[in-house]
Amino acid sequence: MIATIAPMLDKRMTAAEIVGNLRDGMTLGIGGWGPRRKPMALVREILRSDLSDLTVVAYGGADVGMLCAAGRVRKLVFAFVSLDAIPLEPWFRKAREAGAIEVLELDEGMFQWGLKAAAFGLPFLPTRVGLGTDLAELGGLKTVQSPYPDGEVLIAMPALKLDAALLHVNRSDWRGNVHAFGPDTYYDDWFAKAAAKTYVSCEELVDRMEDHYPKEAQANIVERCFISGVVELPGGAHPSSMPPAYGWDIKTLKAYADAAKDPGDWAAVAERFVGGSEADYLASVGGNEAVAALPLPVF
Amino acid sequence: MVTPMSTLAELCIVACSEAFRGNGEVIATGVGPVPRLGAGLAKLTHSPGLMMTDGEAYLVEQPVPLGPRGDCKPRFAGHLPFSRFFDSAVWTGRRHAMVTPTQIDRFGQINLSQLGGTHKQPKTQMLGVRGFPGNTIYHPNSFFFPAHSPRVFVPGEVDMVSGVGYNPARRVPGGNYSGIDLRRIVTNLCVMDFAGPDNAVRVVSLHPGVRFAEVQEVTGFLLIDAVEGETSTPTDEQLAIIAQLDPHGIRAGAIKDNPPARRAA
Repeated sequence: MIATIAPMLDKRMTAAEIVGNLRDGMTLGIGGWGPRRKPMALVREILRSDLSDLTVVAYGGADVGMLCAAGRVRKLVFAFVSLDAIPLEPWFRKAREAGAIEVLELDEGMFQWGLKAAAFGLPFLPTRVGLGTDLAELGGLKTVQSPYPDGEVLIAMPALKLDAALLHVNRSDWRGNVHAFGPDTYYDDWFAKAAAKTYVSCEELVDRMEDHYPKEAQANIVERCFISGVVELPGGAHPSSMPPAYGWDIKTLKAYADAAKDPGDWAAVAERFVGGSEADYLASVGGNEAVAALPLPVF
Repeated sequence: MVTPMSTLAELCIVACSEAFRGNGEVIATGVGPVPRLGAGLAKLTHSPGLMMTDGEAYLVEQPVPLGPRGDCKPRFAGHLPFSRFFDSAVWTGRRHAMVTPTQIDRFGQINLSQLGGTHKQPKTQMLGVRGFPGNTIYHPNSFFFPAHSPRVFVPGEVDMVSGVGYNPARRVPGGNYSGIDLRRIVTNLCVMDFAGPDNAVRVVSLHPGVRFAEVQEVTGFLLIDAVEGETSTPTDEQLAIIAQLDPHGIRAGAIKDNPPARRAA
């Protein structure tokens, strides 16, 4: 007899509940790319908690910089950390130049290849990327030989298995049917599939997606079986960009970058860039109206 | 027709555009104002088959001007987001990128990641390797350096090999290195290629008024003198297209002091 399992379909949680499901020492993937589409409200919630000793896997921006600055990162898996308009992420640089974190440095393409290996439950996927560079030796990456007559020797890019992933999307319903817009959603779908649990914050939470936006199902970048928790946090990507809703906040990013030099002490400025609560934080940057008015960047 | 009023940056843009000549239907990526204008100029003059993005995620058939666009809206002909970039452009070899690493060595190995110290604790952390390891093993690459110096053209090897070069000591037996294809190096002094014996770097043209010895003096490794003449100065037509692609004059900040193409005698 087949047991009928009623899955828990109402995936609504608070940001604090999401962070409460994370544990010290976890491997945490963060979606987005540099200063674009970052789940910053969830990152701020981590910074308001005691969560620590993380292995962070990200195409890094201020998410990585802040977590490094606050001493929450044991190890970073990265291909770059950048704020685009401010090319070098100053808090990440400080952590690196102090020797404060372990790193696995990867090429941008082999990074997504590692997410795909994890998504498919494979130990690795083969690639030429990394051959002839310092990456293999520094990262302890091994080679494999093709068993076919070509006999080619390739790098075995290990699976980047994530205990949890955080994403910020444009919309979701309470079952985790997400919509993501904008010109590029980067590798958010693969972060979700590489993770044991994926938690999304969204600009807009709706009841049933099919009732509200039945004509935009192509924006469903990843299926709901990969989503474990959902929270509505409008402005939740600030100060990163969330097209088409808003652009990045160059003023805040600049102040954040300048603070790495003066005063140069995260503890002294954490209140400003994290806030006591998300509502306090948003109010401090002018509220939702101000965030919604941020122009999209020109590349 | 040669215009005496052109700047060194404009001369470099034309030299960069030459790196893309005859490339066919590949994604031309120029990172930074001079390479980007070079790619755009190539597409609008001698190599219309080139494909390029708006700098973000859409393919455009008319290169997008630098800086604020006012009422000029790019018109999208295709879509090439990062989420498709490796499968469509990089790992298929259908791309030619022109970039500015922090260091390059005699093997064409490049570094964008870190300077000095150790990997655990670099003296100076930069961007990270970004896409350089994949770019260099899969598709053609060229380089632009606005300030030719031995700090860029380093003796020995770069501090962290972020992009593959022609260094036999770094090749794992059985690996496929056939995709490595380093094309041109354009600097504020000259144009170089990798066509010497064992892919040694050769100087193939000198910018007006520059001597080979002067280039060698500011390069950390031995260069081959294969100079065929002076680097071409921009024509009126080329200058007009460059001005149209850079309406705010961002190119004026590309090379220190924005010198003229032809040095004062």
